[in-house]
Amino acid sequence: MAVLDSKVPKGPIAEKWTSYKNHIDLVNPANKRNIDVIVVGTGLAGGSAAATLAELGYNVKAFAYQDSPRRAHSIAAQGGINAAKNYQGDGDSTYRLFYDTVKGGDYRAREANVYRLAEVSANIIDQCVAQGVPFARDYGGLLDNRSFGGVLVSRTFYAKGQTGQQLLLGAYSAMNRQIGRGKIKMYNRHEMMDVVLVDGKARGIITRNLVTGEIERHSAHAVVIASGGYGNVFFLSTNAMGSNVSASWKIHKKGAFFANPCYTQIHPTCIPVSGDHQSKLTLMSESLRNDGRIWVPAKLEDAKAIREGKKKPTDLSEAERDYYLERRYPAFGNLVPRDVASRAAKERCDAGFGVNATGEAVYLDFADAIKRYGREQALIHGDHNPTAEKIDKLGKEVVKAKYGNLFQMYDKIVDENPYETPMMIYPAVHYTMGGTWVDYNLMTTIPGCYCIGEANFSDHGANRLGASALMQGLADGYFVLPYTIGDYLSKDIRTGKIPTDLPEFEEAEKSVKDQINFFVNNNGTKSVDHFHKRLGKIMWDKVGMARNAKGLTEAMAEIKALREEFWKEVKVPGAADTYNEELAKAGRVADFLELGELFAKDALVREESCGGHFREESAETEGPQEGEAKRDDVNFAFVSAWEYKGEPADAVLHKEQLEFNDIELKTRSYK
Amino acid sequence: MKLTLKIWRQKDANDKGQMVDYNINDVSPDMSFLEMLDVLNEQIINEGGEPVAFDHDCREGICGMCSLFINGEAHGPDRGITTCQLHMRKFKDGDTIYIEPFRAKAFPVIKDLVVDRSAFDRIQHQGGFISVNTSGNTQDANSLPISKHAADEAMDAATCIGCGACVATCKNSSAMLFVGAKVSQYALLPQGQVEAADRVRNMVAQMDAEGFGNCTNTGACEVECPKGISLDNIARMNREFFKANI
Repeated sequence: MAVLDSKVPKGPIAEKWTSYKNHIDLVNPANKRNIDVIVVGTGLAGGSAAATLAELGYNVKAFAYQDSPRRAHSIAAQGGINAAKNYQGDGDSTYRLFYDTVKGGDYRAREANVYRLAEVSANIIDQCVAQGVPFARDYGGLLDNRSFGGVLVSRTFYAKGQTGQQLLLGAYSAMNRQIGRGKIKMYNRHEMMDVVLVDGKARGIITRNLVTGEIERHSAHAVVIASGGYGNVFFLSTNAMGSNVSASWKIHKKGAFFANPCYTQIHPTCIPVSGDHQSKLTLMSESLRNDGRIWVPAKLEDAKAIREGKKKPTDLSEAERDYYLERRYPAFGNLVPRDVASRAAKERCDAGFGVNATGEAVYLDFADAIKRYGREQALIHGDHNPTAEKIDKLGKEVVKAKYGNLFQMYDKIVDENPYETPMMIYPAVHYTMGGTWVDYNLMTTIPGCYCIGEANFSDHGANRLGASALMQGLADGYFVLPYTIGDYLSKDIRTGKIPTDLPEFEEAEKSVKDQINFFVNNNGTKSVDHFHKRLGKIMWDKVGMARNAKGLTEAMAEIKALREEFWKEVKVPGAADTYNEELAKAGRVADFLELGELFAKDALVREESCGGHFREESAETEGPQEGEAKRDDVNFAFVSAWEYKGEPADAVLHKEQLEFNDIELKTRSYK
Repeated sequence: MKLTLKIWRQKDANDKGQMVDYNINDVSPDMSFLEMLDVLNEQIINEGGEPVAFDHDCREGICGMCSLFINGEAHGPDRGITTCQLHMRKFKDGDTIYIEPFRAKAFPVIKDLVVDRSAFDRIQHQGGFISVNTSGNTQDANSLPISKHAADEAMDAATCIGCGACVATCKNSSAMLFVGAKVSQYALLPQGQVEAADRVRNMVAQMDAEGFGNCTNTGACEVECPKGISLDNIARMNREFFKANI
């Protein structure tokens, strides 16, 4: 049994990273040329890691299932990226970003990793600007900031509502430079099918070329998994259609522990579900909560009238509205963290105040912001007595400049104009804080196998704050992994190229081919999506925003039964040696069907509420925090790291006790 | 809604390919176009056929993976959106819809509606970057003020999603809107000046080598571009190109 060693360096928290960097082994530049590194996934973490490792001199092989690294789902991140620059002079600092992130994560993250993240955050912005990322600027030419949920400072840098796109294109451009000079060999439309271990170390992967169906062997001295999160276990999520857990799950099955699978972020501001045909959910950036006010009707009869189409939201006066976040959390108001905002929306909708036909939607209203900005603009233009029409026009222009692309997206999907009528929103699965367990070096429990970005578990605890995912992805890829991996690779300078004709490669390839042959030859009757949708429904109903022991136990049994049915009844049309999307999907859903059960098991074992994980049995019953989530630090201040033992239900729990030396464990209050 | 779909089916790059008719019922106006194709594929699978292959991923209009020529227009009849953001309310009950891949010599068909756009990546390899290593030792981000106007204009160019609608739309299969957008983003920023001449020369040379045509100022690309990339970017690229060559 492997023992969990987080390998956190000794010393005061503010000096750990610097002193660590000063003491690790390095690989000399000539030797780097003899070392190969595989990077799976080309989002912010994988793309930035691949580019940086290649710049350092390693031979990088990068893999993406998409047709270009630029299409990784980091591209869809909208709102921004945090950095402790304190450009606004509002008291921000490395410590404050560290503190906010640990608190926002409900004290379930590893302090040393989070501090390092906060420490390198400022560098990310410098680096991105040097790369030509066009961040928003003010009229003086300096960088602009906005605020995000769960914090009291303005530290979020942004590029309109497309920050993820611009940062990813920055990493992609850095990759392109290295691809052009042959230091990165890029494999687009390739899926990682398994990891290959030689003498217990990760030494390569088996891939499938998604165009030709060819099964290929790739060797390297280290393997980096940067394949993103597993939100698609819910079928409906804000993830891309192809986002999957397979790379992470394959390494899990070969010995990498999977940590905190139940920590999943349900994002409060998404476009509500419209019907059974729905294939994905669309996020409306959290940045909208800077200016939008969230409300439902104060009276049940008004909510009913709205659902039946007899009343419009604009018919209700201020007194007839319940701005429930402002009411419940006066200090943070509409900018409470995501888990809190999501649960509050569910609470109102469950109580009958939901506003669309399904009863599962609340309003996000910009009318006040339009008025406020309009008046301000009128003054700037020297008009001290503006008409209501002028205020409205000027205000809408400001809102358009800030959120234009999001408003357009909403309009196209819902067919309503959010400048004129409030948006309707509802929580949806968005981000997974859980993932592969890694130590301070970002190495998994498999030697030589690293995991970065959303795919690992390390920095966000039980809830991720807005604009922190981009920060973590780039921190891991640009500034952390390139150092820590060198320490490991310094022992490999005499190893020489890893041959791909070893029996370990042979064996891994065979099991991959066996599974593929099973799928294309199985005489099933139901499509892959059929099973994926059923899995999603179990997850959402019983392992979603509110969980209890009974539901979780049922979910485990139901997922197991569904998995057994899948292996009998799944139907995969087409051949193995062609472009075959159904075949690719079948492999991914097979892994989700195992992960889902472990997810429910993890949620069942964690008998406390923390961050995105809300156990109905663990809520405050009295006092000012009544109804809020109740954490149990005495019994649950640990990371759950699961070891694979065949069936997900048999997984063995290992605990990494979390120590808080620099932040006091407190009830998280946003009141 | 009930619809008749005429869809391009092609087994692989070597197959000749043909239009095939499909009927689909119970289409909801709230479905996205790709969700309609999901429903069609489920129907085809249940009938024992092979589903229609099409590229898609984020389904929120930003990854640039989805494509499709719908009734003769890249990303369909609506403006300022990608195919994944197109909703069936733009069509009427009883409509016949023609669905074809993006067609260009430089975008060979892989299967059905899926095309190979790796030519775009190869153009970027030739200069779609600023040569700065991730040392973490670059200057402070605010030590280089950039006028809001230039930053905003660079951002407008940088919003290109690389979907290839401009190429598919252009009668010359030109990639100049795509290349112009990248050249412009860097040309508008001080960080991009150092390598400006090499960048535009190399990217244009690769664009020509890939077999893309030239621009004849029709402007169809700008109309069909889901991100509203302006023709100004082509003019700016031409200016940069001339500047680099005198």
